[in-house]
Formats: sequence, structure tokens, C-alpha cells
Amino acid sequence: MKLSVWTYEGPPHVGALRVATAMTGLHYVLHAPQGDTYADLLFTMIERRDHRPPVTYTTFQARDLGADTANLFRTACEAAYDRFQPQAMIVGASCTAELIQDDPGGMAETMGMPIPIIPLELPSYQRKENFGADETFFQLVRRLAAPMARTDTITANLIGPTALGFRHRDDIPEVTALLEGMGITVNVCAPYGASPADLTRLGAAHFNVLMYPETGEAACRWMERELGQPFTTTVPIGVGATRDFVAEVARITGLEARLDESRLRLPWYSASVDSTYLTGKRVFIFGDGTHVAAAARIARDEMGFEVVGLGCYNREMARKIRALGKEFGVDALISDDHLDVEAAIAEAAPELILGTQMERHTGKRLGIPCAVISAPMHVQDFPARYSPQMGLEGANVIFDTWVHPLVMGLEEHLLTMFREDFEFHDDAGPSHHGGAHVPRPAAAADPAAAEEGGPAPRPSAAPRDISGQKTDAGDVIWLSEAERELRKIPFFVRGKAKRNTEAFAHERGLGEISVDTLYEAKAHYAR
Amino acid sequence: MTDQSPTPPAIGCSNAPVLKERGQHEVFCGLTGIIWLHRKMQDAFFLVVGSRTCAHLLQSAAGVMIFAEPRFGTAILEEGDLAGLADAQDELEREVDRLLARRSDIRQLFLVGSCPSEVIKLDLSRAAERLSARHAPKVRVLNYSGSGIETTFTEGEDACLAAMVPALPATDDRQLMMVGALPDVAEDQALDLLARIGINNVAVLPARHADAQVGVGPNTSFALTQPFLGGTHSALERRGARHVPAPFPFGEEGTTAWLRAVARDFGIDQSRVDAVIDAPRARARKAVAKAAETLSGKKLFFFPDSQMEIPLARFLTRECGMQAVEVGTPYIHKALVTPDMELLAQGPIIAEGQDVEKQLDRCRAARPDLTVCGLGLANPLEAEGMTTKWAIELVFTPVHFYEQAGDLAGLFSRPLHRRDRLKLEAAE
Repeated sequence: MKLSVWTYEGPPHVGALRVATAMTGLHYVLHAPQGDTYADLLFTMIERRDHRPPVTYTTFQARDLGADTANLFRTACEAAYDRFQPQAMIVGASCTAELIQDDPGGMAETMGMPIPIIPLELPSYQRKENFGADETFFQLVRRLAAPMARTDTITANLIGPTALGFRHRDDIPEVTALLEGMGITVNVCAPYGASPADLTRLGAAHFNVLMYPETGEAACRWMERELGQPFTTTVPIGVGATRDFVAEVARITGLEARLDESRLRLPWYSASVDSTYLTGKRVFIFGDGTHVAAAARIARDEMGFEVVGLGCYNREMARKIRALGKEFGVDALISDDHLDVEAAIAEAAPELILGTQMERHTGKRLGIPCAVISAPMHVQDFPARYSPQMGLEGANVIFDTWVHPLVMGLEEHLLTMFREDFEFHDDAGPSHHGGAHVPRPAAAADPAAAEEGGPAPRPSAAPRDISGQKTDAGDVIWLSEAERELRKIPFFVRGKAKRNTEAFAHERGLGEISVDTLYEAKAHYAR
Repeated sequence: MTDQSPTPPAIGCSNAPVLKERGQHEVFCGLTGIIWLHRKMQDAFFLVVGSRTCAHLLQSAAGVMIFAEPRFGTAILEEGDLAGLADAQDELEREVDRLLARRSDIRQLFLVGSCPSEVIKLDLSRAAERLSARHAPKVRVLNYSGSGIETTFTEGEDACLAAMVPALPATDDRQLMMVGALPDVAEDQALDLLARIGINNVAVLPARHADAQVGVGPNTSFALTQPFLGGTHSALERRGARHVPAPFPFGEEGTTAWLRAVARDFGIDQSRVDAVIDAPRARARKAVAKAAETLSGKKLFFFPDSQMEIPLARFLTRECGMQAVEVGTPYIHKALVTPDMELLAQGPIIAEGQDVEKQLDRCRAARPDLTVCGLGLANPLEAEGMTTKWAIELVFTPVHFYEQAGDLAGLFSRPLHRRDRLKLEAAE
């Protein structure tokens, strides 16, 4: 047993639902108890889909347990077929039905349906959502795709985009445009938007574009083996990766590597002097393996940040992310416990977090700006506007998204210069973010008043830290002068300065921190 | 003040035939109740013993609330736990020890059963006993089931409260027990009204803190504020307490009838009650009248969700002038909702249980003006051109008693209002 209050991934049948919902003409019959239908609202609310997911739940109840559940499954299958007339069905069990061992696959196969029935084995107590999506799509492809003559012109399949994917909707046209720029057309994009009939045409493409390894790799490997289709290994997120992707496609197809960069703005934006202040900004990156790997490269090579920590929650990508950590000189964090991630972020004291919905909240708790780069995400990350991550427009989107949460350059300098300023102080926060202006506490503006009345209360208390992590240097006492000096340091580096100074004092066995200690530590760490 | 309540219908729904359906249920399981119960009981922790699905459900349903340090979590069963059940007990104890060590403010711990734990017959009551003994007297450990195979949505609260009843201390005091987790603001209003009509000795179940002395005994009368408390009702009767049947306190009429029933039980003079409630009644009527302008004459269709559907249909038809087409509810506790059913005029289909596809067919055929349904159905129905009100909000929003009557009506008029406002199809 493992205590969990939040999970990065749902159970594997949610992965299967993501595939079924992405497709048309496919129906999923899920042997599941009443209540498991909650998953519908992920699609109708978070992704704002205007149709119910194509799923029939058997919704068995306690009184059905025993022989009746098998019968319930059979009637649910028949009713779903009669009502929806799908081209194919997938059948499987949720975690509870896995325990009652009705064997949905076996039962469905004996029902003599006139359409392909694909049974799914999704081990709910070992695997998670991404595995569920990958495995479901693989089973569909294995059953429906077959070798066939290639198309006359060079075509590719787009593999991996699903429902509830992070920006999958907009990555598809972006990658389609990259291919079209080289004279390649898309044969089938799947599972997103494909029907079972489309899957039978997969073999006609000359190669596969593996857009998201998490949800399409098993199918791509199978197609490589059985259909002789090579697949791309570069995920085109970021300028460098997009260029590499184009080069890889050229290698596979023998076509000339062509990339129209006329609308690409990231390189100039990043080179312009306005961005100089971004240099060496400390960034922590967490999410699914694919997006983390892409983000790390962009952060270092295209934004000039310093990557101070990275990791992923999906064990399937652990090896790759560990290797990446080595390359960046940091220990990669492979964990699906958000408290571990929070502790690692607090430890690294970054100036920017790139992560998931959870890291956004962690950032809020720790007072560190954050941008979302990966699932899981909430409704605001299914935007109405066009906002891909892949390709050249994706790079433009990423530049804007990542820079936005940071304090702007001039503002940062002014905060350092006028850190005692009564209007323009760090408690006010970045000027372009929500929230009312917080006047500087009178106590801090007027040291004399501070002596009398004590410091004014902080505008709002941060939520209590539940990570259980305490700095071991916490027993060092800050002399009041030094504490005042510490508060003059801009808030976005103050945490780091505090931690460094405490560690410095701790190492030297100092019980107290004076202003001198503070500046000695600063000099020490500046090196 | 004259009584302006509409007269009761000649024939109510209490003896109307009920359409009972089996099939796919588009509902939450009882685990969802944790989301509001943990806010109400401020020193309680709800530990679900279940699968990743349970954890995922809670985080999906809790939305952003999960991040404000929730007092609930899931002990996720792993492969190893399924193989040897003896170990599962030890594992659970280890997880609980760790949890209680980290959260020293926890006084009540609920072990909440789920579908997986029920199916493998993990004995949570024994675990609760052992853990109670181990952590007594500081922490009391109780258990109940919020599994989907046994409970639908709000029945989770019922199961939780029913599990608390046997552990309540005995008392012979003449007292009222108000049962059902209400938002603090509504609870305080109710206590104030009760005090002013002369009922001061009121226990509230669930209490906000574990050390609130809530006793029960033969001189306890209890009034329910929620229609889904069938199990708690039985548990309280087993402790010798007496139920005060009344319509549920939704809207002006419901609140008035509820207060009068309680007052009658305590032998309080009608005129004393009227003197207290005249002003808030008038306020409630005025507030409802605004929304009723939009709602009057509109056709209403309820998908089953919370068991609040019958009392709400009563409020919407009688006080807002709506016309109910179908009132679907997951379960009908006759003993509890009969007073509401007597007030609800015969006509609508009363449906218990669900076969969601068939119900959708009926809904599409009826073309109601407003459909009350869950979030899995709301957007798809909107896309078909129907106007919906998502039902879960009715559980999470203060809607009980006089001062909330206008807000309650407003929840239903807002979607209609919005549809009128939006001019999205005026393209050319």
C-alpha cells in the first residue's frame, strides 16, 4: 500500500479511454462498477469535448456480484453494439472488475459480433494511464493494421496523439505543416481523429512520425517490425529539435531537408538584448519524460537558462531521463510522489519551474514562478487559441509561455536598485500578474516604527509546508541586522541566498549570522 | 402574516408509480462525499483503501481543492496487497501510523472502503478496531464504505454518519439533533432560527470537531436536512431517537414546513414560530420571485445524482412555477421523502436508478427547457442545444433555508439566462 493524495497518472483504463475518445467509430465496453463513470468528465469538462466519450460502463453493483456480472457484461456489449454500430470495439476491465475475473475479452470473443473485438489486458495494480494508452493503441494497431502497398507519393503516419494530451490538438497541424514543407503528406493520424477503418490503412505510409513516445511507441515498434516502417525518434519540440527532426525525416525519406523558418521568432527574441537577463536563470523541469527532455534542451540551448534539476513521473522514461540528468550534471528525479518533487524543488531553489499542474501549485506554495509544459493539466491548458508545442510556432509559444511568469528585466533591476522603495518593493510581486498592489509594510519602510510596533503582518501567509522537509541548518540564528539585510535581496533569489548563508554558517560551526556572514557567504558562493 | 404558500396538490406523487431502471449509471460513487465531509469535520482524516482509480476520482472531483493540504488520501492497493490479505492489515497499520505521526492534529480517522477493498473482502472494521485500540484515546478510528458497488454519490455521507452513530455517547437530554453536513453559514442560520423559536439544545451531526459532545438517546428528536440519509436515519432510530418527518428545507416553503414540524415536535406554539419566521420568509419569497420570472413555465428534467432531486423538484415546481417532466433519482427512501412527494403534484415520471442511454432518449424526446445532470452529460447535451444545470454544484453550494432560497433558484435560472444573453450564432 502507498498513501497518495495526488497522482500524476490515472489508472490504465483511463489511458484506454483516452485512445477510444480520440478515435471515431470505436466503442469501449468497460467492465466497471458504478462510479467509474467519473472519468467521462475529464473529457467533457477538462478537454471540453462536446460528445460523451464512446464508452459503455457495465456499472455492476454489490447485488450483482457473483454469476450475474458476466451476464451484465454480455448485455452491455450487445446494447452498445446495437446502439452505436461501431466499426470495432475494445473491451476490458477496470481495477475492480480485474479482481472478479470475468474475463471480458474471452466473453466478448464468444459473442459472435460482426466487428473486430479487441480485448485489453491492463494490469491496474501495476501500471498506469500512459501504459494504458500505449498498450490499447498497440493492440488496436496489431489487430487492424496489415502490410500493404505503399502510397505512390511519400506519406507518413502521425502516431501517438490522444484525447486529454498536452496540446496534442495543435501539435498535429504543426507537424503536418513540417512534413508538407518537405512534400510529404499525412497518411493517417492516430489515434487522434482516426477510425478503425483508418487504422487498416496504416501500412500504406512510408514511415511513422512518433509524436509522443509515451502513447505511441509500442505501436511504432510493432509497425517497424511487421510493416517495415521506420519511425522518427526526434520529438520536434524546440528549434533545435525541430531542425533535427527535419533532418531525420530527410534521412529516412531521401528527400531534401526543407524548413521554412520565416515565421520562427524564438531565436531572435532570445538573442535580443531584452533577453540578456534570462542568462543563467535557474530552472527546474518536471513532467512526462518526452516534454522534460525537450524542455531541458530548449532551456539550456535556446533560452540560456541553467537547468538545476529535472525529472519525470513516468517510469517508462526513467532510463532516458537519468541519462539526460547526467548530461546536464544533475541527479534526475524519477518519482510519482509530488511531495518528493516539492522537496527537490525546495532544495534546488530555482527561479523558474517548468512542470505540470501540480508543480504550478508547488510553485505557488514556494513563491516560485511556474509554466506548464506537460500533462497532467487543468482546463486552462486546453486553450481555445492555437498553441502547439511542436514545430516552429510551438517554439514561439514556448518562448512566450516561459518568459511570462518571470519578473521582467528592467523590473528586476529596479527591484535591486530600489529595494527599499516604498511603492516598488518585492512584496508587490511582478507587475503584470494578478492581485492588488500591496503597500510596503510601514514597519519595513520606517525602521524606527519597527522598533516600536514590530513588523507589520505579511499580506498573506503561504500554505503550511507539508513536505516534511526541514533545512538542517535551521538551528542557526539570524541576527536582526542580518535578517533586515536579507530582506533587501530581491525575493526571487532570497531563498537561495538564505539557504547558502545558512549552509555556509553551518559548515563553519557558526551559531549566528551577522551581516558580515551574509556577505562572506555571498563572496564564497560567487567564486 | 397570512400564509401565502401554494396549496398542496390534490394528488401528490407519494403513491405515483416509480419507473425502476437498471443499466449504465452515470453517477459518482460514495467516495466523493469525502470532498465536503472533510471540510465540515475539521479534525478528521479520510483514508480511502482502494486503487489508483479511487485516488484519481478524488483528485478529479476535488478539482483544485486537493492542493490546500487536504485531509484525505488513498492507500493505493498494490499487486502484493492482493496476494496476501494478512499482510494488507499490517500494511494498512503501517500507513496509518505514518500518517498519524505526520498529522498530529487528526482526531478522527475514517477508513473508507472502496470497490476493490470490498471485493477482496478486506476487513476494514477489524482494522478500525485494532487501530482505535492502538491510537486511543487521542484518535478514534471508524470505517464505512464509499464504494461504487454499494453507494451512489451522497450516500457516502450517509454511510459515514451512520458509522458515527453507534459510537455517540448516550444522553437522556431532551434535544434536537440536526443531521446532515451543511455549509457553516447555513448551519449557523438554522441554529439561530431554532434558538429564536425556543429550541436551544441542538446537537449537529456531523459536528465540526471531534470533542463537540454530541449524544443521542430516547429523548432525542432528529430532523434531517438532507434526503439521502436513510442509513443514518435507521441507525439513529436504533439508538432510540425519534425522526421528525418534514419536507426538506429547500426554498421558503420547505424551510417553513421543516421548522414548523420541528417546533410541533417540541410543543412550541405556532404563533411564536410565525413571529420569528415572518421576516425571513418574506425575504426568501422576494429573492425567489426574481429567478422565478425566468423559470416559470419552463420544463424541467432531472437525471439521478444526489437524491436531492425530489425535494428540489418540489421547490422548483411550487415556488418557481416550473413544470417537471421527469424526476430521476438514484434511490428513493420513502420514509424520508414522502412529505416532499405529497407536495409534488402528480405528472412527472418518477424514476429510480438509471439506464443512461434510455434516459437520454427520453430527455431528447421531451426537449426540456432545463436539464439537471452530471458533468459527464452536461457539455454533450449543451452541444445538442439543450440547456443544462450541472447537479454537483447543488451539493457544494449553500442552498438550504431561507437566506439561500434565492441563490438556490438562481442556480437554475442562470443557465437559462446565459442562453438568452449569448448571441453566438449571429454570424452575418
